Amino acid sequence: MLGVLAVDQPDLFYARQQMAFSLGSHIVLACIGMSVPFMVVLAEWKGRRTGDLVYVTLARRWAKAMGVLFAVGAVSGTILSFEFGILWPRWMGRFGSVMGLPFAIEGFAFFLEAIFIGIYLYGWDRLPPRVHLWAGVPIGIAGVASAFFVVAANGWMNDPTGFTLDAAGNVTHVDPWAALFNSGLWPEAVHMILAAFIVGGCLLATPYAWAMLRGRRTRYERVGLLLPLTFAMIAAPLQLVVGDWAARHVAVHQPTKLAAMEGLYKTTKGATLHLGGIYVGHEIVGGIPIPDGLSFLAFHDPHAVVKGLETVPAADRAPVNVVRTAFQLMVMIGTAMIGLGLWMLLAWRKRRSVPRSRWFLRAALIAGPASVVALECGWITTEVGRQPWIVWQVMRVRDAVTDAPNIRFGYYLLIAVYTVMAVFTVLVLRRLTNTPLPTDLTRALSDEPEPLEGS
Amino acid sequence: MRLANACAALMFVGIAVYALLAGADFGAGFWDLTAGGDERGRAPRAQIEESLGPVWEANHVWLIFVLVTLWTAFPAAFAPIMSTLYVPLTLAAIGVILRGAAFAFRKASETLPLRRWFGATFASSSLLTPFMLGAVVGGIASGRVPAGEQSGDVLRSWLNPTSMLGGVMAVVVCAFLAAVYLAADSERRGRPALVLFFRRRAIASALVAGGVALAGVFVLQHDARTLFHGLTHRGAPLIAVSAVAGAATILLLVRARYAAARVSAALAVVAVLFGWAAGQYPYMLEQSVRISDAAGPHATLVAILVVLGGGSLLLVPALVWLFVLMQRGMLVAEH
Repeated sequence: MLGVLAVDQPDLFYARQQMAFSLGSHIVLACIGMSVPFMVVLAEWKGRRTGDLVYVTLARRWAKAMGVLFAVGAVSGTILSFEFGILWPRWMGRFGSVMGLPFAIEGFAFFLEAIFIGIYLYGWDRLPPRVHLWAGVPIGIAGVASAFFVVAANGWMNDPTGFTLDAAGNVTHVDPWAALFNSGLWPEAVHMILAAFIVGGCLLATPYAWAMLRGRRTRYERVGLLLPLTFAMIAAPLQLVVGDWAARHVAVHQPTKLAAMEGLYKTTKGATLHLGGIYVGHEIVGGIPIPDGLSFLAFHDPHAVVKGLETVPAADRAPVNVVRTAFQLMVMIGTAMIGLGLWMLLAWRKRRSVPRSRWFLRAALIAGPASVVALECGWITTEVGRQPWIVWQVMRVRDAVTDAPNIRFGYYLLIAVYTVMAVFTVLVLRRLTNTPLPTDLTRALSDEPEPLEGS
Repeated sequence: MRLANACAALMFVGIAVYALLAGADFGAGFWDLTAGGDERGRAPRAQIEESLGPVWEANHVWLIFVLVTLWTAFPAAFAPIMSTLYVPLTLAAIGVILRGAAFAFRKASETLPLRRWFGATFASSSLLTPFMLGAVVGGIASGRVPAGEQSGDVLRSWLNPTSMLGGVMAVVVCAFLAAVYLAADSERRGRPALVLFFRRRAIASALVAGGVALAGVFVLQHDARTLFHGLTHRGAPLIAVSAVAGAATILLLVRARYAAARVSAALAVVAVLFGWAAGQYPYMLEQSVRISDAAGPHATLVAILVVLGGGSLLLVPALVWLFVLMQRGMLVAEH
């Protein structure tokens, strides 16, 4: 119906790439921005309560890194609000009034985040300790709220509600609150927020896993590893439950997205789940089949009917292998995370410390980048899985794109700027990590490093 | 109609606050750029870092506020503005990224070569963003953004006399605000040499701004007749207020009344912005799209006003606290 509006846009591919690239970059920073503040505040609280220099030092260093990453996250988030209009003016022009509300609320959350991070980072020396500690709390809360409302908009793209289209394709009967509280909101938002804690925790722990592998194994490194990793390892098993919830929501509301995630062509009763393999000619080749598995996972009933890709025309199907590989990789990494958490839990129950094995440290080191891979894979699953729609079964991406010429140059420019920014972010963070510890702390850390097992 | 006007007015308040706060942050970048070599520029740069550090991120959010209100309440204006003016908007966004990231990087780095490099990036991108946003305003105000789904001329919509005037004016005004604020900050911190440093620059940039405004009269008369008519009729009282406030600022600076100069400088800028709004009223996009035409449905406008009202209950106290702590010198970088 709206297909007639499609414009001749040779740069559609670049518009898509630019959006994917800038969202894919921002999502990592956003995750850090909403989870790490909680870890910093917890460390500061422990440090202030016990006077333990390990916690005091960790809190201050993490706060510094958080300050840099928040700045980069804030500006990379701003770009997105430009891009909504620059790249997709037809989408915004038509639906801005329907799905804009969560962004307006998110704006206030972002305000609070920015205000309190300013107070928290710069008030450390002169604010009363208790006031300073409490000034850190709203940062994380506002960050989580931001994520909630941004994901509400994304949930709306997956389950567009709060309006009707008349015969001419005009948007009528707009109810922005109904759009905000679309059915996709809760499973998607909770899934996103838990992911943020996994990513933030795993990333913050990596430098300490690295230091311990290289032989620096004082209490400073152990706490630096354990505190953030604990956040991540608590979130990981919860994510399993929430992931299941999110997938079942997709099964009901976007059956062909689920079909792409699983590579299911024919609508099937008692559908088989395949682990691994690739999708060739309407079938999964080379995977491990689990009979009735897909029906069971999608509907918690082994005999349920799962809709296949055949239910929509070929042009309306997402690229199966991209979506499916991303989805499988995300699930695999998530499952491995739960294993890592169990390992940590067992060691903690036995000896109140980090597992002694060198393999644990290696796993903890890999968990950082792996969590980012899982995050991106999840994002690819939901975004590429929605293709070719920008608004599920209402508006196609090619009907939303701008008709302005030469937009690919903006994409090139952005790639260049982000690359430079990424390099310098890493450089600055590395310098922060390598700053020598305060001498009173090094003196206090005279306890012998624990021996490691394994090679 | 009344709801749409209310939303437009609130959005314009956002634009004005962004200009006053973030504008001064960008202007500080200009003075950072021109502060001289490492030795001579050390003190002003330190003052700039101190004055911006805790607040620039919060100040920056006003831009998001404006964009979000525009696209939710006035999607029919947002879409054509963004697609037609995508070139200056992209460049402004790049400036936002580079400025923010480089400022944060500079603060976190210790070594001089790195600090110099980040400083130069921070400072030069601080010129790019206000210039491009000024050019965007010029394009909108001179009626170069056509309504509808087809984008207008993506080059001439901003490569035109009014846009260039807007860009230059924005840079000069930002520099002016920054110099006045920084002079006041330096005075409160008891740094007389810096007070003089920024006072000289504040007076100079006020004079330059006046000169650009006078030249602007001729530009607008030829390039943007509708806007010119609006500014000289409905907007005239506000433009007069701006001129008087600008002159008063110079006087106050000469008499070393910095706190008062800060207020009158802000008034001069706000008056000219509202002069533009009054001159363009009731059009959002000159000659074709009125505020009421661009507005979204009734339910959305109500929702937006509810959100803005409710959000302000949280935002205003937090913002007040931030600025009070700032004024009391409670927010300082650790050493």
